[in-house]
Amino acid sequence: MNDVVTLISAALLVIGSVFALVASIGLLRLPDLYTRMHAASKAGTMGACLMLIALAVQANDVGTMSRALAGVVFFLLTAPVSSHLLAKAAYAVGYRLASISVMDEMKPED
Amino acid sequence: MSLFLVNLLLALSWSAVTGSFSFLNFAFGFLLAIFALSLIREQVGSVGYFSRARRVLSLLVLFVYELVLSAWRVAVMVLSPNMNLKPGIFAYPLRVDRDFEITMLANLITLTPGTLSVDVSDDRRILYVHAIDASDPEAARRDIAEGFERKIMEAFR
Repeated sequence: MNDVVTLISAALLVIGSVFALVASIGLLRLPDLYTRMHAASKAGTMGACLMLIALAVQANDVGTMSRALAGVVFFLLTAPVSSHLLAKAAYAVGYRLASISVMDEMKPED
Repeated sequence: MSLFLVNLLLALSWSAVTGSFSFLNFAFGFLLAIFALSLIREQVGSVGYFSRARRVLSLLVLFVYELVLSAWRVAVMVLSPNMNLKPGIFAYPLRVDRDFEITMLANLITLTPGTLSVDVSDDRRILYVHAIDASDPEAARRDIAEGFERKIMEAFR
């Protein structure tokens, strides 16, 4: 039983760190802020949540477990809000979309 | 919502009576309270409560599934040797009109494959969504309308 728990938590840790790595590679390779937010908000959130769940699986007291799970919930609540605000602020300040973009319906008609 | 409170109170009293406030015991008490409420659903008018709880739960399952899928898609895209991107911002006409429904829809869109909500128009009619693959905005609009927006309307109306 204990071995199974350890294996599950180790697997979650590895998968979580792979997603975090992918998120940072995405930050390097993607062309503009908006596409980068995709990598940061999805793969990044996923990685952090998986690692916290790994902690919750491994912990054998309720306090650690509930705090780790609360961390997951707050990650899921705050990640979209922060990426949304960053994208909105960047657009308001005037960062244009990358030149490969195919459409922009938000651009004011003039 | 008040029935949810009753449900929580019943679970709390189960914890108090059995003298253990561990998470497992509380969860068991919560299940017992659901069972008790379902026994008297005709009398306290909780029929709607159960079908709504089921719809909220199905929204939650859809959300987790889409999140995993979206993280996977981003990973595959980032790691492929030549990224063939067609990013763009498209306008999405909103059908939901209450503030918390718009917030929830925007958050769900952000955490799902290939889309990121950027802004809401001042009159709250249009949501601007950045898509990493905007080659077919009609299909993307249809996906949102038939997926999350419909589920949100089912769960909270």
